[in-house]
Parts: sequence; structure tokens; C-alpha cells
Amino acid sequence: MTASMDRRNFLRGLGGVLGCSIAAHPMLTTVTMAGANGGRALGDHRLIVIILRGAMDGLDVVQPQGDADYAALRPTLLNPQAADLDGFFRLHPAFGDLMPLWGAGQLGFVHATSTPYRDKRSHFVGQDMLEAGTGMDVPLNQVKDGWLNRLLQTQKGLTSETAYSIGQVAMPLLEGPAEVRNWSPETTLLLTPQARLLFDKVYESDPLFHAASQEAMELADAGNGDLAMAADPSQMAGLKVQDVEQLVDYAAGKLKQDARIAAFSMTGWDTHRGQAGGLSKSLARLQYAILRLQTGLGEKVWGKTLLLAMTEFGRTARENGTTGTDHGTGGVMVMAGGALNGGKVYGDWPGLSEANLYERRDLMPTSDVRAWAAHAIQGLYGIDQSVLENAVFPGLKMGTDPRILL
Amino acid sequence: MSKLRTLAAIRFGYGLPQPKGAPASAEAVLEMLAGPDEAMQTWPIRNSADLVPNIQQLRQIQKAGKKPAAKNPKRDALLQDFSTAAEAASVITFARALDSADGFRERLTTFWADHFSVIAKRQLEALFPYALVDDAIRPHLTGNFADMLTAATLHPAMLSYLDQSSSVGPNSHFGKNQNKGLNENLAREVIELHSMGVGANYSQTDVTEMAKILAGLTMNADLLMEFQPRRAEPGPRELLGKTYDAPGMDNIHAALRDLALQPATGQHLARKLAVHFVSDTPDADLVKAIAAAYNGSGGDLMVTYTALLGHPAAWVGTTEKARQPFDFMVASLRALGVTGEQLQQMPYKQFRGQVLAPMAGMGQPFKRPAGPNGFEEAAEEWITPQGLARRITWAMRVPPRLAEPLPDPVALAQSCLADRASEPLLWGAARAEDITQGVGLVLASAEFNRR
Repeated sequence: MTASMDRRNFLRGLGGVLGCSIAAHPMLTTVTMAGANGGRALGDHRLIVIILRGAMDGLDVVQPQGDADYAALRPTLLNPQAADLDGFFRLHPAFGDLMPLWGAGQLGFVHATSTPYRDKRSHFVGQDMLEAGTGMDVPLNQVKDGWLNRLLQTQKGLTSETAYSIGQVAMPLLEGPAEVRNWSPETTLLLTPQARLLFDKVYESDPLFHAASQEAMELADAGNGDLAMAADPSQMAGLKVQDVEQLVDYAAGKLKQDARIAAFSMTGWDTHRGQAGGLSKSLARLQYAILRLQTGLGEKVWGKTLLLAMTEFGRTARENGTTGTDHGTGGVMVMAGGALNGGKVYGDWPGLSEANLYERRDLMPTSDVRAWAAHAIQGLYGIDQSVLENAVFPGLKMGTDPRILL
Repeated sequence: MSKLRTLAAIRFGYGLPQPKGAPASAEAVLEMLAGPDEAMQTWPIRNSADLVPNIQQLRQIQKAGKKPAAKNPKRDALLQDFSTAAEAASVITFARALDSADGFRERLTTFWADHFSVIAKRQLEALFPYALVDDAIRPHLTGNFADMLTAATLHPAMLSYLDQSSSVGPNSHFGKNQNKGLNENLAREVIELHSMGVGANYSQTDVTEMAKILAGLTMNADLLMEFQPRRAEPGPRELLGKTYDAPGMDNIHAALRDLALQPATGQHLARKLAVHFVSDTPDADLVKAIAAAYNGSGGDLMVTYTALLGHPAAWVGTTEKARQPFDFMVASLRALGVTGEQLQQMPYKQFRGQVLAPMAGMGQPFKRPAGPNGFEEAAEEWITPQGLARRITWAMRVPPRLAEPLPDPVALAQSCLADRASEPLLWGAARAEDITQGVGLVLASAEFNRR
């Protein structure tokens, strides 16, 4: 965990004192306020990034039942009831309520994709790399910020309301010098004016406490977004979704106002054992989040929204000995939103024969997940390729535009 | 009270005012630590073995074929025992931290409990996270790390949490007959998290080999650890360039001992100790000294802690760390004069509502870290707008329900921070609108939340 802790310190260290003593890695060029798009603030498009912590099994979510080797690799997990997507891939039944979105072209997937992380298959390093947006050539302890924060750093005229990191769990993805909001919607803070004055004074000499308390007071005053939407509890019988509901409603409320970017994370993907049950629950929660965002944002804003749900890596192609899967490499990115050119499974399919697997074990990644995100950002915000390849995702080769946006 | 003594209480203990008999110097801290674990004797938790009869009776009920949904008061009572034992153990965990004069032992216990993080997966396992602490961590706290690593790895709590209980050697009798195989979850984390650290030089092959070495290790129907040869993977195994070809559990013991003795393990643990106790960006020489002590002594933990406390960098005056919510809560209770005995007499519902639930809001659900890597260390992970808002809210609302009467805010600042109470804090504590607000200001202050 050393690498992770180092990076988190750099990310959140207030005052550059911690970071500047380390010589910058050549791949980490300083982000400039490039104004590649003329320096105007981000336009009308919304980007929502969900980090799926724990390594989602892409091979079970978007099942390549058309691949002759799949059935033998997944003797207990293969699900014949999965809905057909395109004649080759089938969708896990726990995502079944998303089929109308698929039909409308507002749901899509990238298969056999991964970050550049390889070999040790550690969740924690894998997540750090996913959120840092860097490659294996950059030591993680030299990365000071997450890729979504670096995107913000390239833009002029943004306010602190532009991007929201939501929930109790920290999001290194959005951390760094560019100002972002951090809040967990169920939090309240009721203080008298005198108490505020006293805290202001008492925290003055500690920048970390001072900044956190200021932001807490502002966000608590601003309330918890647009919580007017009616819940439909009958739809979610037996599944705990209250936390997702709060998170998503808060995000939707902010995105309908001035926010353009929101990020949060969801856990429950580390399915080493009894995967059928565990994965279904986590997928149902993600499905709920997607559908509730669609409703909450309303047709107009949803139409300008792209949601990317990314995970640190995929899982073993073969089921393990305990009807689960172990840590792997290539996996799936889930995409949704009215801005998406969906109804497709993107990505080159590498095949599942033993020789085609990565280290004879994992789905072979045929693309860098950062490239898809980079093309999406380019399409949403008109940002130059050079800025994306150098500043946002240092060292990335974006390649041909896969046209994942409408 | 000397400045160093204040720092010792805050950085290496659960804060001021210290319980009676607390050591007054670094040497005295180590001397007390080398002695017996009195807190465990004074505040025992229920032994897992006591609950085996419950498990056996529950099995009988299940065999009798009653529908699980049907009302069965006897079954419910048997199950309730597990929750009750765990609830009592959660209160005792606080009581030990709160009242023990041997504060460094309690802090180290929390550190290692986090290093070997487990969570209870079901009601029958409710006591597991506490049992692992008392069975595997506390008895080896000042011994050799290899023994702690072995005890924690073989503990049912760990076997269950990281799925070892279901892992089977694919070429074992059981594996072939039942078409079962490996689950490499525990094997990976033993290397990545518990010993060498992810930065060390090992490969996926080592992880898989470790999983084969561990195969056979499982939990039996009474939820006790058992080695079942019919599940063990036959043949010699090669881990980190060394061959293991001994019968039974000998390979497991040898491999764990060798992992504990890897220099990378010393390095990994040294850094974790320095980060946990001293600074999120610890002095390189401090880490080096701790690692040298560990590696030079073959993993002797007393020698390792002595190097930590003996290094000047461990005593820098600035407090960079944030107290994690558990630490914050214990220190607050202590500052308010709440004792372990009071906690034990409190209705559990009240304890849960006033202590445990708020901690979860602060980002640290008690005994439920999000993953086997435990809780984060960096101050910035805890002092977020949402996390700090929860601390302020707790400090402003809950103390009047715990302490009657509330202490004078200025006196409180002086008793719980001594020479570390700043002028602005004393100024503010004197100007609060009422005592409740003043107490809240002190407990939510940066000084009180740093260590």
C-alpha cells in the first residue's frame, strides 16, 4: 500500500511543500491553462464518472456467448437467460432494466479494455492508476492529481461549482490543484453565527481544517440539491439503495445547475466466491444509479450527458474453484447517457482461446481505457488531442476516434 | 507536564488526561509494553469456543428441516448470542482504549487490527473481528511478527473474510472429485498487504503458488480452523525462488515464516508504523531505522517499536496526523471524563447511537473497513468537508448526553491538550455562547483532532 499512501499524500497535501521537493517525472509535464478551446468554460455537456471499486467482472456483465470458448471457461456462471445484445454478446440479467436504454442507443460498453496496469493485480494500485490516468512508466508516488482534475486545470473560467466529488469515500480522480467540491449529501451542519465565527478563528492556523470547514459550511448552506423526485421503492424490492439514491439525487441536482462533472464510487465488485449472487446485487445498484440519473436529470440534461463507469481491472477468464473469479486484466467499461452513440459493444474482441488470453489467464486487453475517456472528453468539450495526450493522460496514444458520441 | 509527555500521550496513546499509572517517559512506555497485557485480563471478551455449542445446536435445528423463514424462538436466541457477544466486545474495545494506562499497547493493537483487517460476513461470525484481535494480535503484540502473521493468517476470521475456507487444491482428492479449485484471495493479500507489500519483488506466479501452499486450510462446520489434507494441493511448491515440500501444514508455517523474514516485509512494516504513528510523509531515516531494527532482529516487534520510539524524528513537535474517528472518539470520551465502566453500563442502543453511528458518518464504520487494506492514513482522507462536518456536529451535540455536568471549555482545553492548546482556541473557548458550544469548539478543534 506504500505507493498508494504516497500518492494520496501528494494529492491532498495542502500547500505544495510536500510535492515540490520531488523532481518531476518527464512524463508529467506541467498542465498549462492551455485554452485549446479558446479558454472558454466547459460547455453544456455533463460527464459523470463512476469508479467501480473491487474489479468488476466484465466477462460476466457483457457475456461473449458467441465465443466458442466462453462456455467452458464459465461452467456455472454462464447465464442462458441473459438478453441478447448483438448476436455475440449477451447482457447480465441484473442489468435487464437497462435494455430500453440499449434499444434507444443510450447504453453501450467497451469490452476487453483496461488501464495500462499489469501483472500484480492489486486492487489498490489498480485503482490509483485508473484515477491517476497515467501509465506504467510513471511512478504513482509522483502523480499529484487525478485525470479529471487535470482536465479542469486545462480550462479557464471554471468555478468551484464545476465539478463535484460525491460521497464519504475519497475520489483521487478529482483531486489536485483545480478547485472541486467534495460533499456527502446526507451530511448536515447546523451552526449558530457565533459558532461559525469562533471556528473560523480557531481553524485559521491549520489550512486543512480551515479549508474543509469553509467548504462544509458553504455546502451545508446550499442544501442537498434537487431532492424533489419521487422515489419508486416498489421497483427495488429487497435491495438497499438508499445510499445510491442520495448520492445520485445530489449529483443530478448539481448537474442540473452549474456543475458539469460529477464523480463517485460504488463498491461490491470483488467477487472471489459465489459470484452469481454478489455481482447481481452490485449490478442492480449500478442499474438503479443509471436509471435514477436519467430520471433526475430530465430529458434535456440527460440528452447532453455521458456516464462512464470504470473499474481497476477485469477478472480471470476462467471461473476459480469457488464459483467466483480472481483478479484479472481486461474488462468492461459501461457507458450511458443521451450524448452516447450507444447500442454497441465497442472494442476489438481478442478471443478466449487459451493462447489468446493474457498470461493464459485473463481477458487480453485490446485497448487502453483512457483512450475511450479521452475521445469522449474531446467530443464533449472540444479539447485538443495534444492536451489530452500530454496533460490529462500523459503518454497516452489516443488513436483513431471510435465515435462513441452522437 | 512536560511537552514530551504531552506528545507521548497524544501521539503514542489515546490522549490526555492519561489514566492512572500511565508511563511518564518513552522508556517507561516500553517497559510497560514489555509487561503483561493487563487490559485483556481486566476486560475479557467472550471466547469463540464458548459459542461452538450454539453452532452445533443450530446445525441440529437446520437438520430437523424447519423452514428458515418459520418462527423459531430457540434458533433466534441461539443466533442472538453471537450478536450480543459482538456488541459486548465492541464496548470492551472502547473500554480498553479508554481506561488502560498502557496506551501504546492499545494503539498498537488498533494498528495491527487494521493491518490484518477482517469484517464479519454474517451473524454467526459477528465475534470474528474481535476474536482475531484477542487470539492472534494481542498475544503476539510484543513477540515475533512471524507468529502474529501465522496466527492471523490461520484465524477463522481471516479464512472466512478472504475466502480461504472455500479454496481447494485443484489436484487434491476433493478438488478432483468435486471439480473444485483455488481461490487466491488470501494468498494475494498475505503477500501484498500483510507481509512484503505491493512494491516488493514478487509475481502472479508467487501468488498462485502461495494459494496452492495454503490449499487445505479451511474452516470446519464449527467455524474453527482445520487443515484438511484431502483439499491440499499435492507436490512441491516454489515460492519466491524457494522450494516447499513438507507434509501437512508444515509448508504453510514455513512459507509464512519466510515471508515474515523477507527484508521487504521489514521495509513495508517500518513504513506503515512510521506513517501511522508519526507522519503521513515520514522521515526517511526514521523508516530506515525501524526497518533495520526489524530486519536485524528477525522480526522482533519489541526491538522494532524501540527503534520507533527511540528515533528523534518520532518526537517532532508538529502534529501532522489526523486522529482517525476511533482515536477521536476515545480521546473525546476520555476528555469528557467518560469511563469504560460507564460505557459498559450504557444501554447498547445508546452506545451505538452516540458513538458507533457517528463514527461511520465520519468515514470509519467500526470494524467495517471497505477492504482488506484497512482504513486510510492521510489526514486529508479524514478532514474532508463532509468528514469534518460530522466531527463538528458530534462535538456540538453529543457531549451533553455523555457528561453531566459538562466541563468548563477552557479547563477542558487545558486538560486534554495541556501545552498544545493554542491561544486562539483558549480565546474561542472562553467566548462561546454556552458551555455546549465551547466544549464542541475544543473537541472539534484542529489541535484536538491532530496527533
